[in-house]
Formats: sequence, structure tokens, C-alpha cells
Amino acid sequence: MQIYTDNAVKNFSIMAVFWAVVGLLVGVIISSQLIWPELNLGLPWTSFGRLRPLHTNAVIFAFGGSTLFATSYYIVQRTCQTKLFAPGLANFTFWGWQLVILLAAITLPLGYTSGKEYAELEWPIDILITIIWVCYAIVFFGTISKRKVKHIYVANWFFGAFIIAVALLHVVNSAAIPAGFFKSYSIYAGVQDAMVQWWYGHNAVGFFLTAGFLGIMYYFVPKQANRPVYSYSLSIVHFWALIFTYMWAGPHHLHYTALPDWTQSLGMVFSIILLAPSWGGMINGIMTLSGAWDKLKTDPILRFMIVSLSFYGMSTFEGPMMAIKTVNALSHYTEWTIGHVHSGALGWVGMVSMGALYCLIPKLYGQKNMYSTKLIEIHFWMATIGIVFYIAALWIAGVMEGLMWREIDPFDGTLTYTFAESVKAKTPYYMARLFGGLLYFGGMLIMFWNVIKTIQNKKLIASKIPEIS
Amino acid sequence: MSNKNKFTHEKIETNNFLMIVLIFIVILFAGIVEIIPLYFQKNMLQPVKGLKPYKPLALIGRSIYVREGCYTCHSQMIRPFRAETLRYGHYSLAGEFVYDHPFQWGSKRTGPDLARVGKKYSNNWHQIHLTNPRDVVPESIMPAYPWLNDTPASDGSIQTKMKALKMIGVPYTEEEIQKSPEALINKSEMDALITYLQSLGIHVR
Repeated sequence: MQIYTDNAVKNFSIMAVFWAVVGLLVGVIISSQLIWPELNLGLPWTSFGRLRPLHTNAVIFAFGGSTLFATSYYIVQRTCQTKLFAPGLANFTFWGWQLVILLAAITLPLGYTSGKEYAELEWPIDILITIIWVCYAIVFFGTISKRKVKHIYVANWFFGAFIIAVALLHVVNSAAIPAGFFKSYSIYAGVQDAMVQWWYGHNAVGFFLTAGFLGIMYYFVPKQANRPVYSYSLSIVHFWALIFTYMWAGPHHLHYTALPDWTQSLGMVFSIILLAPSWGGMINGIMTLSGAWDKLKTDPILRFMIVSLSFYGMSTFEGPMMAIKTVNALSHYTEWTIGHVHSGALGWVGMVSMGALYCLIPKLYGQKNMYSTKLIEIHFWMATIGIVFYIAALWIAGVMEGLMWREIDPFDGTLTYTFAESVKAKTPYYMARLFGGLLYFGGMLIMFWNVIKTIQNKKLIASKIPEIS
Repeated sequence: MSNKNKFTHEKIETNNFLMIVLIFIVILFAGIVEIIPLYFQKNMLQPVKGLKPYKPLALIGRSIYVREGCYTCHSQMIRPFRAETLRYGHYSLAGEFVYDHPFQWGSKRTGPDLARVGKKYSNNWHQIHLTNPRDVVPESIMPAYPWLNDTPASDGSIQTKMKALKMIGVPYTEEEIQKSPEALINKSEMDALITYLQSLGIHVR
């Protein structure tokens, strides 16, 4: 009997849930520090500037990364109807990736950082990431090579693009000259460093947090809805358009900076174009439910996925809008950006991951359903309401401070508000944001409990590879 | 289904190798077009008048700035708007950042921009502010950094740091590197950070 190799899938799934709890907890802590700055308790390693990179690394690379490893290893086997290529290597990627996360959790609070957003980890860890990533590519593309079906399924195009692009971005952006074991300097300086960084940074969003998760969507939405993908041609067009266009959009993080105007304009134009392929993915996902809409009433997992696609559509509309220079003049540097990121991160990435993990975990542990569907239901509502609080609070706070910063007294031509006044005005919105974050975090704790109860229930069973006649 | 003489997507999606190669080619364009020309545009590479590589104490200060993640809340990039130049001074120029490995422009202003904070406040003000921000700005939500006062600026790494930067094009002389430890004698991390902050943006007014 042929069975799938799900060891790494199982490990990554459980750790994804665990790291989500940790990453969100750090988020809750640092958003509290913005209201009560003494909450670092006077310690260097708990101050905002050190914990914020820990939060972003934990949610993106630990939670997001583990989810992507788990689902891609699961999906590539099912859609190729074969075992993983080099399962030992897959297990190595699991332990290696956990080691990277552990090292991040130690070094970032200690202040070892390269000082580049979303790429803070120092050079020895960067090298370890590169090695693991190459092994990941070998396992993934190796599995596709020995597939038993002729076609490569659409989810695997997205996973493939994600793996290739992240390798390229990571290697180019992390190029640095070491000055000791815990310190390095980016080989790029000033303007060039800024451009490389945001070419990387925006595509960490585009490939790590979008292409990979679209891969998840293309497998689990049709699976859970028990319907075929809405449009095959749409998936082809939006795949190639998405991966081409995303790469250009980085300069919208650098509007009105010392980056040359031509680069900024290019970034803006491609960011606006990006709306089309993004919505292509959203439409293809949501329309997959045609004829099965009633399932939303009874299936909270499917609801997670559809709401996540709605947030995906919303934030990929908001993004191009914020990339327009005149809008960006107001929104840049404000809380609006943070709100935008979280509608994508909590709404899209978080919820599609939760949906997929709720699908996956009972299957891996030989059960039909999670321990409690009721708890999934509660989690769904806590997460959704939490996000709404979070992003609404930061919209208001962001637009408000943006307007306060630019307000000029019409009579004497001086600035109307001091910077400190804009800080003070945000406190109630910081509170509302913290409340939203706590709800979202609470929902994750419920999921953690539900997962533990599910895996305690029964022993692991291996799943069979279907015979092809 | 597929016509043998016509190219269809089926060719790509049934060929693992072709898929990998095409994805790689498609994602390569943007970086080439957007990054490489920046190395050939003169005003992107030329330091502004008077700008010198960071002196040893300021360089240590910059490492502390990076270590503490100041960039997570402070930008160093003034945009060319009236409200911004009124608040912070002349808008930032590419030539002011040519020695900045890595750049610290930031993406968020939880605190104010620091691109031209140099010489705006006294050393004494900075010291009080960094030790406890709320002593001088009651509304501030910045963390306090009292331990910087007690930590020596020198951890023996200054020459390694300067040599590394020299290797990637920062024009330090051998003599400067040789003498650099002297500049750190009896200095605290607080002194170093303040020296760095006082050097920011002072060459353009």
C-alpha cells in the first residue's frame, strides 16, 4: 500500500498554530506599549523597537511560513498523487525552520538586527534560511517531477512561484558584509538600499503572503466547497499577471522620498495595474462557490475562507489606492499603513490559514472533523469582529494624524499642531485597536485548544495514495 | 483539447522545468529595470557637500540606533511638502545617504522624523529625553533608554566595523581606522547615540 508522507505536514501544522499564538501575543504586547510605554518594564530586550521585529518575524515567517510548508507539502502530494520527494529532506526543512524561528526569538530581543524591515535577521541566520529554502525547493519541485498525473495543478504554480521568488528576493536583499558574528552591513547604501529593500519588502507581501496563500486557496476552497475552480483561463491569466506585476510595485513604499521620480512613477503605475490580477484571484475563489452558497450557512471553515477572500479583495483595492501618490502623501508614515497591512494579514492570510488548518488537522489525525465545530464558529466571529475593530480604529487614527500633520494656519502660515498633539489624539484609537487585537488573539487561543483536543482524540493514521488505472 | 502546432498553456503546465524557468524569467524584469539604473545616476551616488563618513563615535551611535529598532517608529526622510519642510526642515536629498549601510528612512512616524534632528536640541536635552522621554515631552509614548548611560560605547568592535564598511566602499583611511578606538575612551552608549543624532542632516539647510 502506498501512503503519503505527512510527517512534516503534521509537524508544520501544529507549529503553525503554536507560532500564531506566540506572534499574536507579541503583537498584543507591543500595541499595549503604545498606550502604556512603561510596559517594557524597564528592560532593554522588551522595548518596542526590539519586539516589533519579533512580532513581524513571528507572524510572517513562523506562523505564515509553517502554514505554507505544511499546506504545500500536503497539496503537492495530493495533486501529484505521489509521495514527497526526499521525505528526509522535508523533515530537515521542518527542524531547520524551527531552529531559524528559535534563533530569531533569541537574537531579535537581544538587539541583533540588520536594521532592514522584514529582513532583520543577521547573516548567519540568513545563510541557514538559504540552505533550508534550497532543500524546500528540491522537495517541492522533486515531488512535482515524479507526479503521476500529467498536469501540474494551479495551486502548485503559485507555490512554485512563491518558492522561486522568495529565494531570489532573500539572497539579493540580504547581501551584506559581516563585521563579526552578530553584525553586518548591507552592501547597498542609501537610495539603492532603499530600493532593494522595498523590492524585497513588497514582494515578501506579494509572494510570501499572497502567492503562497493563493496556492492554499486554490486547493482548499474547491475541496471544502466540493466544487471545481470557477475559471481555468482566469487562473492562467491572473497567475502570470500577478507574478509579473507584483515585482514592480516596491517603489510605492518610497513615494516622495529621495528615490528618483521615474522609479516612483513606475511603482505607482504597476501598483494600480496590480488590482486586476489580485481581483482575478479573489473572483476565482469566491465564484468557486457558485451553486454551493448554502454551505456558508452550515460550514464555518468555508466561511473563514470566503471572508478571507473578501478581505483579500478589500486590501488589494486599498493597496493600489494608497499607492497613488496624492493619497500616499496623506497615508504614508501614518497608522493607516498599519491598518492596511493588518486587513491583509489578519483578514486574508490569517483567516485563509485558519480555514486550511481546520481542514487539514483532523484529516492528518484520522478524524472527520475538528473536536468542536461550535468552537470554530466562535473563533470565526471573534476573528472577524476583531479585524473590523482593528482596521477601523487605525483608519481613523491614520487619516486624523495625517491631516493634523499637514494642517497649516491660514493666517500666519505656521503649523497648527505639534507632533505631540497628534500622538495624544490617537490614544482612544490605540485602545480600540488593542481591543480588536485581543479579540483576534482570543480566537486563536480557542483554536489552539480545539487543535489540542482534536489530536488527543485519536491516533495518527496514514492516508493512502489513490490508484490510477 | 490541444492543437499540436499551436502553443497553449498546456505546454507549460505539463512541464516542470519549463514552468520553473518561465517563472524565474517573468519575475526578473522589475528588479533589473528599477534597481540597476540607480547605480548609474550621478546624483544618487554623489555625497552632498560637506558629508563625510560617520566618525567612530557616531558610527557606534548608529549601531545603537539600529540595534534598538529606532527605525520602527522614526523616519529619516523629509518629503517635499510645505507642512513637512516647515516641521522638519529642507526635504531630504539622495546625496545625504550615500554612506548609510543600511538606509534608515523608516516607514512609520509613531515619533517625529529625525532626518534633520542634528543640532536642533542640546546634548543635555537629548540625554534627559533618552533617559526618560516623558520628563521633557509629557505626551511621549517612546520607551525610556536609561541603560545607555551606564554602558560603555566601546565593545572592541569599532575597527572591525570600519574595515567592513571600507570593504563596501565607505572611504575610511587606514589612519582613521587605526586611531578609532581613542575616540571611544570614556564614552557611554548615550554619548555615542547623541553624537549620531547630532550629526543627522546638518549638511543641507
